Amino acid sequence: MKTSQAAVITVATSPGCQPRLLGEQPGQAREDLAAYRGLGGYRPLPDADALLGEVESCGLVGRGGAAFPLAVKLRAVRDNGRVAAGTVVVANGEEGEPASIKDRWLLRNRPHLVLDGLRLAAAVVSADCAYVYVSDPESARSVEAALSELDSAPLRGITVSLLAVQPGYVAGEETAAVRKINGGPAKPTDKPPRPFEAGVGELPTLVSNVETLANLPYLQHYGSAAFRSQGTLLSPGTFLATITGAGRPPVLYELPHGLPFTELLALHGVSPDQVRGALMSGYFAGLLNQRVLESTLDHETMRRLGSGLGCGAISLITDDCPVAVAASVLAYFDRENAGQCGSCFNGTAAMAAVAGALRDGVATTEDLDRLRRWSVVLRGRGACATLDAATNVAASLLDQFPDEVAQHLDSGCQGCSRGAFRANRPYEAEAVRQA
Amino acid sequence: MKIRLDRTVCDGFGVCAKHAPGYFSLDDWGYASLIGDGTVAEQDHDPVMRALFDCPVHAITEIGDRKPDVVHPSPGSTDDPAENLKTESNEAQWGFTR
Repeated sequence: MKTSQAAVITVATSPGCQPRLLGEQPGQAREDLAAYRGLGGYRPLPDADALLGEVESCGLVGRGGAAFPLAVKLRAVRDNGRVAAGTVVVANGEEGEPASIKDRWLLRNRPHLVLDGLRLAAAVVSADCAYVYVSDPESARSVEAALSELDSAPLRGITVSLLAVQPGYVAGEETAAVRKINGGPAKPTDKPPRPFEAGVGELPTLVSNVETLANLPYLQHYGSAAFRSQGTLLSPGTFLATITGAGRPPVLYELPHGLPFTELLALHGVSPDQVRGALMSGYFAGLLNQRVLESTLDHETMRRLGSGLGCGAISLITDDCPVAVAASVLAYFDRENAGQCGSCFNGTAAMAAVAGALRDGVATTEDLDRLRRWSVVLRGRGACATLDAATNVAASLLDQFPDEVAQHLDSGCQGCSRGAFRANRPYEAEAVRQA
Repeated sequence: MKIRLDRTVCDGFGVCAKHAPGYFSLDDWGYASLIGDGTVAEQDHDPVMRALFDCPVHAITEIGDRKPDVVHPSPGSTDDPAENLKTESNEAQWGFTR
């Protein structure tokens, strides 16, 4: 393990994993243009359509949380752009997920890897206008420095603008990014239209997470077969995982998809016996109980478990009470939602109130019935997925930890009565930095 | 005809669900969501238009024919289990699109 001097984030890879994103010597210092070029970066791209073919063959899915196939998105933006006479590309580095650190690490330490991926994506969709959208001040400085190092040659006529916004959970949602770039607040809009239809300046817009883009230079260099040499059939390649919780400092790992969860635990120095469960995909995919120990780290397995790998942020729950964890996350959504959709600001407040009462041993059976019903009927009722994240947390608490829930309802929880887990930003990977 | 409901604008008056209950559902607090994808059957045109015109905050708009050539992606082939990981219409199920 090495510790990054700039940001003090510990980074590591699993044994045998060839790092593509963290680089060969992760965390030494910000990789400058000469160092990145020395690794073969900013290679000429003679045929953008051929690269799109490679993206399709390699099966790369988005790393912002939704795991949407990148090739499908690229093709839609490119084709829509032919009708609309233009396209825009946005590198989304506004990592609103408190338990995740990966996007900030990439932007702070390997800005050229992200910019290289951005110009490749722009070439595929024929965009001449691109944005890097961030909130972390250190990421902004790093990207600014990287842009000032670049002569125009690698970008080949693509104008890249940096936009730094105030951090917020919803600010990184793709329509919030588009709305902010268009001059509005960094809050989501309702769909349709999606950015691939009408985004920045009403043009078809590719909004892509910075880790997703950072995979493109490797793909361009080595091809889709090499890309698939690590990972699983449906989750090819490696991914960045922010591991928090278990009373240990956060670590950013680059791991091959499909790695057994227990191997990650061994790497992290946590015994499986200690693990009560995990909070998955940052705050999005909810809780898993000890069944998480049988899982492998890929999208298809997590989906089969009714959860998600999402952005790769996993918080290990050892000593903390899952009821109290869920209550804290729901309270976070109550505070951090955009305050736009009535179903969301009412629903998150209502679910947070019940979960808080359950933690404090004052909830009733009727309260729980309401929580169960809300966790089902409120799904899909917001313009963005914040409300869905809250329903995932509520539903997974009831489904994965029925004994703990019943105990809180009957006699209360000894652990919680001694001093319950309460965190404004549970398992935060790094204290938020204001621009 | 196709409509969209902007839930960031909806103020929970509930007029829509009164006029066209097959197209609008209300939550416990009276806020509306569309049932379905906003496609309106010919025979339902009048009540849905009434909902549209009577919404006090103009949260309902008619869309549709403006951009007939726009491509809507759907991921993967049918034998690919990853196809259901995410589509543009199921964010509710699979992710916060960052």
